Amino acid sequence: MFTATAIALLVAMVLALVRLYGGPSLYDRVLAANSFGTKTVLLIAVMGFLTGRPDFLDIALLYALLNFIGTIAVLKFFRYRTLGDAVEEKAASQNKEASQ
Amino acid sequence: MIALIVDAASWTFLLLGAFLVLVGALGLVRMPDFYTRLHPAGITDSLGADFILTGLILQAGFSLVTVKLFLIGAFLFFTSPTSTHAIANAALVAGLKPRHATIPPRPAEKATQGEESR
Amino acid sequence: MEAAINVALLVFLAGTAFSILRRTTLFSVVMLSGVFSLVSAALLVHLDAVDVAFTEAAVGAGVSTVLMLSTLALTSRHEAPSTRSRAIPLIVVFLTGLALVYGTLDMPRFGDPAAPIHQHVAPRYISATAQEIGMPNIVTAVLASYRGFDTLGEVTVIFTAGIGVLLLLAGTIREPATATKITAMDHHLVLRVVTKVLIGPILLFALYVQFHGDYGPGGGFQAGVIFAAAFIIYALVFGLETASRALPGRAVRVLLALGVLIYGGTGVVSFFFNKNYLDYSVLGATAQAGQHIGILLVEFGVGMTVAAVMVSTYYAFAGQNPPIGDEEW
Repeated sequence: MFTATAIALLVAMVLALVRLYGGPSLYDRVLAANSFGTKTVLLIAVMGFLTGRPDFLDIALLYALLNFIGTIAVLKFFRYRTLGDAVEEKAASQNKEASQ
Repeated sequence: MIALIVDAASWTFLLLGAFLVLVGALGLVRMPDFYTRLHPAGITDSLGADFILTGLILQAGFSLVTVKLFLIGAFLFFTSPTSTHAIANAALVAGLKPRHATIPPRPAEKATQGEESR
Repeated sequence: MEAAINVALLVFLAGTAFSILRRTTLFSVVMLSGVFSLVSAALLVHLDAVDVAFTEAAVGAGVSTVLMLSTLALTSRHEAPSTRSRAIPLIVVFLTGLALVYGTLDMPRFGDPAAPIHQHVAPRYISATAQEIGMPNIVTAVLASYRGFDTLGEVTVIFTAGIGVLLLLAGTIREPATATKITAMDHHLVLRVVTKVLIGPILLFALYVQFHGDYGPGGGFQAGVIFAAAFIIYALVFGLETASRALPGRAVRVLLALGVLIYGGTGVVSFFFNKNYLDYSVLGATAQAGQHIGILLVEFGVGMTVAAVMVSTYYAFAGQNPPIGDEEW
């Protein structure tokens, strides 16, 4: 039962890694990393039940949080090229930013 | 009797959730374009995760573990659609074009509108 | 099944490490190293080392990625191609690896109960924790009480690292210019609302982890990182200047020193009762109550210092003037 779910999650993680390594644009990689993080949260929860020690859920909760923060940091970095406060620029030059 | 029903329900949820996660990951690899890949990633993060967590909640019964699982589920429910939205928004604003984009030719009077409400 | 999970996670690690080596786009390298830390955390969970996994997930996969991204804003996009031949480093690394493998042949088998490390002080800690300290989580008991000096050293190291970063970067932190500033992410309504809703629960979770360290995985180090993460996401979404008004740099620097002071001060209190430094048994009515109070205080000091270091490092990195223009990207 939990075994089947854990195997499915591991296979899904491999597929997400394939997209992470090979994704043509940077946004594909961000999406794959976010997805990989969610699957890791689920894997940790299921592993807790597999080993009979569901106290690991704190780690899963923590990583769900940090996954979100990491994704937002990456996106802000792409958009504004800085993680601090951005300086106002002309809207046209900002719209010309192309991804990789 | 009740225990059997609860067990069967949790098996169903876990297997369904695992299936959805697999389908989502497969879609992430096989879809042709970034914007189409957003959809399978969304399936995994919201519905697949919630089904798996519901199955685990049914296994755990009434305890602190259930509260934590519920918190994880609620948290993922809020933040994964937000992350997907933020990623899609960032890609659109940066100018990533869909693969088979057929942008209709703009009439002259719409030239002042931007491509997105910046 | 356990072995299969082990093998799968180790294969992920190897694949990610190999991919980090091969890629030259620095941004991909940063994200892949975040994934590497995450897989290590999962591996540590599988090895039953829950406290370490917690810290690894919090620091390696979370805050480190954010800090490295803020560094990326200051440098170029691709790794500079190396001009020297790679034969000699390869030979040196290969020989060192061989020597290390040869060294491990003499070590006891993994998890062997007769190994020397399990015979020395570990049995005493495990058997004596119940009546001497009375808390279920032996890791926290060893960390904060039996090995309190080591943890004091760790907190001082973190404090010194924070001071080092502030000293190195103090001159280059740009003052926020009020005229031409936009608060970043002004136009992302969904993000702003969701972040506002989430910051309260994140801080509550940090408090929970801080004080629950006696009973489950947790403690000061992890709680400090989660505290800092709440402020970092506030700064990311609402702007550095707004965050600096909520938690000013001066207050962060005071907290930085106050945490170490609390830890060291708890040890000094026992001097007044004719006991050794960091002997907590005098702090309460009974020895066990004293141990509880002492561990609570020192973990609080640790959490305060770690949170302050993370926040001040983020302020220092994010407040930098990007030296290269937009076109170079």
